[in-house]
Amino acid sequence: MNRMLTAAQEFKPADYKSSVKPVWCPGCGDHAVLVSFQRALAELKLPPEEVAVISGIGCSSRIPAYTNCYGFHGVHGRSLALATGLKVARPDLTVIVASGDGDGFSIGGNHFLHACRRNIDLTYIVMDNRIYGMTKGQPSPTTEPDWDTVIAPGGTGVSAFNPLVIALVSGANFIGRGFSGDVAGCTRLIVEAVRTPGFSFVQLLSPCVTFRPDQQKEWKKTVHPAGVPETDDPGRAARRLMTDDGLNLGILYRGKRAPCQPRPSTDFAPTCLESEFAA
Amino acid sequence: MQEPDSSSVSIVIAGSGGAGVMTAGQILLEAATSRGFYGLMTRSTGPQIRGGEAAAMIRLSPRPVQCPGDRFDILLALDFENVQRFAAELPLDANSLLIVDPAAGDLPPFLKDSGAPVVYLPMAKLAKTVPGGRMSMIALGALARIIGLPESAIVEAVAASIGRKRPDAIASTEKAVLLGAANAPEAEAAKVALATTVPMERWSITGNEATGYGALIGGVKFVGGYPITPATEILEWMAQALPRCGGVLVQAEDELSSINMAIGASFGGTPSLTATAGPGLSLMIESLGLAVASETPVVVVDVMRSGPSTGIATKSEQSDLNIAVYGLHGDAPHVVTAPLSVSDCFFTAQWSVHLAESLQTPVIMLSDQSLGQARVVIDKPQETSFPAKRLTVEVPPTAYERYALTESGVSPMAIPGLSGGQYTADGLTHSPRGTPSSQAHDHIRQMDKRQRKLTSFDFGARWAEIDGEGELAVITWGSSSEPLREAAAAARAQGIRVRLIAMRLVAPPQPKLLAMALKGVRRVVVIEQSHSGQFWRYLRAHYDLPADVVPIARPGPLPIRPAEALDYIQKGARA
Repeated sequence: MNRMLTAAQEFKPADYKSSVKPVWCPGCGDHAVLVSFQRALAELKLPPEEVAVISGIGCSSRIPAYTNCYGFHGVHGRSLALATGLKVARPDLTVIVASGDGDGFSIGGNHFLHACRRNIDLTYIVMDNRIYGMTKGQPSPTTEPDWDTVIAPGGTGVSAFNPLVIALVSGANFIGRGFSGDVAGCTRLIVEAVRTPGFSFVQLLSPCVTFRPDQQKEWKKTVHPAGVPETDDPGRAARRLMTDDGLNLGILYRGKRAPCQPRPSTDFAPTCLESEFAA
Repeated sequence: MQEPDSSSVSIVIAGSGGAGVMTAGQILLEAATSRGFYGLMTRSTGPQIRGGEAAAMIRLSPRPVQCPGDRFDILLALDFENVQRFAAELPLDANSLLIVDPAAGDLPPFLKDSGAPVVYLPMAKLAKTVPGGRMSMIALGALARIIGLPESAIVEAVAASIGRKRPDAIASTEKAVLLGAANAPEAEAAKVALATTVPMERWSITGNEATGYGALIGGVKFVGGYPITPATEILEWMAQALPRCGGVLVQAEDELSSINMAIGASFGGTPSLTATAGPGLSLMIESLGLAVASETPVVVVDVMRSGPSTGIATKSEQSDLNIAVYGLHGDAPHVVTAPLSVSDCFFTAQWSVHLAESLQTPVIMLSDQSLGQARVVIDKPQETSFPAKRLTVEVPPTAYERYALTESGVSPMAIPGLSGGQYTADGLTHSPRGTPSSQAHDHIRQMDKRQRKLTSFDFGARWAEIDGEGELAVITWGSSSEPLREAAAAARAQGIRVRLIAMRLVAPPQPKLLAMALKGVRRVVVIEQSHSGQFWRYLRAHYDLPADVVPIARPGPLPIRPAEALDYIQKGARA
């Protein structure tokens, strides 16, 4: 709205912080994601009131209230739809969507496909801990097939979902993966995702200390930066995403698709249509 | 049953798909309109996607009519393909006239049983004698001659629909129309009394178009939608119209998405709408609760069809009242409206946007197939002014509270972009600031506040249309109102004093207003098009009715016709 006037303004990460205390467990990866988020917005120099953070339901979806941006904490699985309506109606806003692996890939899976396909200028951050934390430890679409839980003793036997591949083949214009333990890396990913026009998908591995207590330590040991530079070739990206170990961090694909932004052609008063009905 | 209205002529054109039934019906309506008539056209089709049997049902009258008549004066069959399937929808009797092609074969049983005289018109044969001639145009020429409408009216209407660029097509059509007229069988049939003047400023509009246009006038600038019969035409019309008027429509991947897109856009300050039918409304219900809790205005138009489940997608019923009123989990005050006629879709849509925006809550507008897909020729509706008017924050106070506990319950809303107005809209129970809370006091105060928005609001005189006097009252709602309006007029002509109360505002209930409207009434007849008496049970739950109540609930898909409605009134009038 008044970006022209405020473009030169400097912001600190604290400018994006609200006074609400997170409900997350101590040590939860989402705390670090929140820090990365605030740093990224400061680096992007976006006035907080021109950013909307949209989410669904789950631990990660609590994030809007912890920011000093406009926020919408909606129903389970529908954050991308809320965000799409908002961005189409208000292209002037920066719209960032926060979700988790259950909210985003299970109940909200269909919207994920279509948001990628539609390629509206949104940034979609999924905090992936491979578990349902808020309902206390059920398997999500990214949970390993042999992960033992009360609801699925011995594991689900169902292979894990690869959201990055799905994003690529569905048309997302930016795909990246980060690890919450690497705040600088996450910050950079968010900055680049917001800067890249179109639909940007960022998977942030964000450990659940309560229901997957070894995750933090294990990921810290095993994540590694992508060995090769980012690509704009979807074929190359597909091979890389299909064959990587799921722990490869960085910008893994940045395409050149023009974003979709439906716009009115004219702004006449609706009474201009009345003649259509003249009998 | 008696015929309450003899001043109209009802004609049905039936035939198989591709025969041009719908086009012929549309042209007949346009031709009659150009000569000063008012009218209504409804359509019925078989379940096939393309082709299959079709019937265009037209009622013409020198004064506005907005519901089907009691019977058909004329049936014109281009062929008999599956026409028997329309038997229940096409009341014919010994005073009707059947115009059929001798090549069409034996009369289907229901036509034989009607006792109506048959006249023959070799439409297929005649059409072959005109290069590019079509059966349906032969039929229209003959129909015009029989009902007393000048053939020139048909020719002009066809020319207008073909367009100037195809003069050869116009010429062959004109030949076919004139040939049909010249060969029109001699027959006694209802004639249209020619209008002496052509009224000024009339509209030809469908209920779905009227809904779209009303919403636009009301201020809607964003629509998220997913195709569904019989609501799709609202979306298609708005997809064309919105971008010219500063708005956009997005086709969503499903109804879960379309309602959330509308809520998201509205959160951004843009009056928003989605349109659907029962199955889609079922999917939207959870998110409607979100709109209630987050106090985000949104309008959902449900063009009702026969349910449950897929039901009969192409036919009408007033059976989504329960889900619209009671479907939401938790205590979720919201508004339910219903247009009272095809033309009233224009007003009610506009009013629904106004209510949603004023009250910062969802409004479900219950239109139905019989309104949405019917075309009427009406006088141009009077200008009404119910613009979208949302209470917003201009200059936020230092500790801005999005859900402040105000006297009216409506709290000023900050629109994203406004510095100092930042808040998180939430489906979680929250404090006035919007912060999630599981405290009893926040839960109760916010519920009180949301309820207060509806109880303290003055819905004005538009909550119902009330007319007539007497100790007998008929209470109805939505699309059942129009046949009852005709029936009440007929009843009064017979000396029956009856008061008609047609409710446009279904929820929240207005017990004080109804009590006033029922003053002096001893008996109430409640009429609706549902199987289980959803409206009657709703009235019983919320209103003080006289002890003597006669509930009449009958399901779709057949329309309530004026004669049937009159029968209910007459029975109600008997002691």
